[in-house]
Amino acid sequence: MTSAVAPLPARRRVRIAPVALHVALVAGALIALFPLFWMVSASFMQTGMANQYPPHLVPRHPTFAHYREIFTRLSMGRFVLNSAIISLLVTGVSLFINSAAGYAFAKLRFRGRDKLFRGLMLGLVVPVQVAMLPLFLLFKEMRLINTYWGVIIPSLASIFGIFLIRQYTLDIPDDLLDAARIDGASEFRIYRSVVLPVIVPILATLAIWTFLTTWNDFMWPLIVLSDQSKMTLPVALANLAGEHVQDTELMMAGSVVTVLPVLLVFLFLQRYYVQGIMAGSVKG
Amino acid sequence: MRRELTVEQQRARAALLFIVPALVLIGLFFLLPVVASFLLSVTDFDLYALANVHNVRFVGLHNYAALAGNSEFWSAVANTFYFALVGGPLTVAVSLGAALLVNAKAARLKGLFRTAYFVPFVTTLVAVAIVWKYLYHPTYGPLNYALGALGVKPVDWLGNPRWAMPAIIGLAVWKNFGYNMLIFIAGLQSVPEELYEAARIDGAGAVRQFRSVTLPSLAPTFFFVGVVTMIGYFQLFAEPYVMTQGGPLKSTTSLVLFMYTEGFRWWRLGNAAAIAFVLFVIILAWTVLQLRLERRRA
Repeated sequence: MTSAVAPLPARRRVRIAPVALHVALVAGALIALFPLFWMVSASFMQTGMANQYPPHLVPRHPTFAHYREIFTRLSMGRFVLNSAIISLLVTGVSLFINSAAGYAFAKLRFRGRDKLFRGLMLGLVVPVQVAMLPLFLLFKEMRLINTYWGVIIPSLASIFGIFLIRQYTLDIPDDLLDAARIDGASEFRIYRSVVLPVIVPILATLAIWTFLTTWNDFMWPLIVLSDQSKMTLPVALANLAGEHVQDTELMMAGSVVTVLPVLLVFLFLQRYYVQGIMAGSVKG
Repeated sequence: MRRELTVEQQRARAALLFIVPALVLIGLFFLLPVVASFLLSVTDFDLYALANVHNVRFVGLHNYAALAGNSEFWSAVANTFYFALVGGPLTVAVSLGAALLVNAKAARLKGLFRTAYFVPFVTTLVAVAIVWKYLYHPTYGPLNYALGALGVKPVDWLGNPRWAMPAIIGLAVWKNFGYNMLIFIAGLQSVPEELYEAARIDGAGAVRQFRSVTLPSLAPTFFFVGVVTMIGYFQLFAEPYVMTQGGPLKSTTSLVLFMYTEGFRWWRLGNAAAIAFVLFVIILAWTVLQLRLERRRA
């Protein structure tokens, strides 16, 4: 991260005394992590322990009972499966659709290309909620309400995804593509064997981004999925929270199960994710 | 024999194949519904129309006129602006503060702190909203306990109309500052070191350097972060849906929550479409305003 160019003078840019700086850094980290720590901790507490005064920070007799209950009586496994199917399908398919379009907007010449792209960018200002009411009626006609496809289809192409890929693809040298053309490669072949391998880092960023947003998405799945057996985790969790207001420990276990998959995806792949976001913003 | 296409034509045809899937999906499932939403907003589409489309009537701007006389709508507008205008700048300020801390030259374990600060952003909003609801609990919540240690009397965060929106803003800042922080770090790292050196030679102290070098260099970053944050914040929905159901006394009913209730609970879709359009206009106007300010500055 820090560039080691020339030795800098002893007095640096920000002269916060190092001790105060680290106190602030640690305090910030505590605030950022405490809610998640408490969520995990309370999920292992005996029933009722999270609702005591003074509050407990750690369970006295840790128990798995709440996890057992959400997976048996509340059939949380079903919701995990629904979320996984929808998120993985959206991520896999949208990656091809968005990368193909982003590449074409960056590197292939056709009439009206730049106008079309600018028009598409205007769509970023339109709140998705505006589309939701007619989309609901359309999907009702198409019998897609209460199906996975009703959640999946509107997410398969994303203006943001196309934008991200285009920004990155602009840097591919034209010579590289022309060389492949001279060798007689078809445009699709070039996309598959030349372009895709070069843009793997941004594909990884977009894949993680898409997976996280789809997994965490709430409003549209809430509208489309009313049948319990089809619900994604956030929808089911919001439902349960209404019925189990008093069962703090149980709800914390449900929250852990909902958050854990995305947290793991992020922690294992954060290198690709964080760099992509930072690079995209600087260029954008 | 196939007709030979020129290279240009071949490439244009390939380009078409590459963009058509995306354009069809976006056109059919986003653009078309947005246009249809306006049409919906000038009808009285409701539960009866849902059962039989022939019950729909054109009502002109009646839905909009009705909203103008609806106090619940105006309070939803006010709540949405409260959340966006207080929560937005607060989030940006906290993000910048975190970026400065993590990016400080003397800071150790930068990667670790950056990850810790970013983690809330990747979590599921519904799940952490439920967690925060318990953190805010008036008697058993850790927040009131910690404040009690400082001598502050217990606050009924989500049960008091005065405190419910600030409580929701607290969750939103915590959840979202990490993303903007990353963008600010990227911005900070692209400020040329020579600028700081020149400022130091001119005798500028840390505060002066921050005001005369850091802030001006970050202006494009501020613009980007500001636009993205405000567009997102005007769409407030899940936090009040999960934590307060829009209460107490409608103090946290946002425009989107109001639209959702009208449209998908009472099935007054014409009315809900009008609300959605008002939101659209607000976001568009706000973005144009920010664009204008940015142009004047640049």
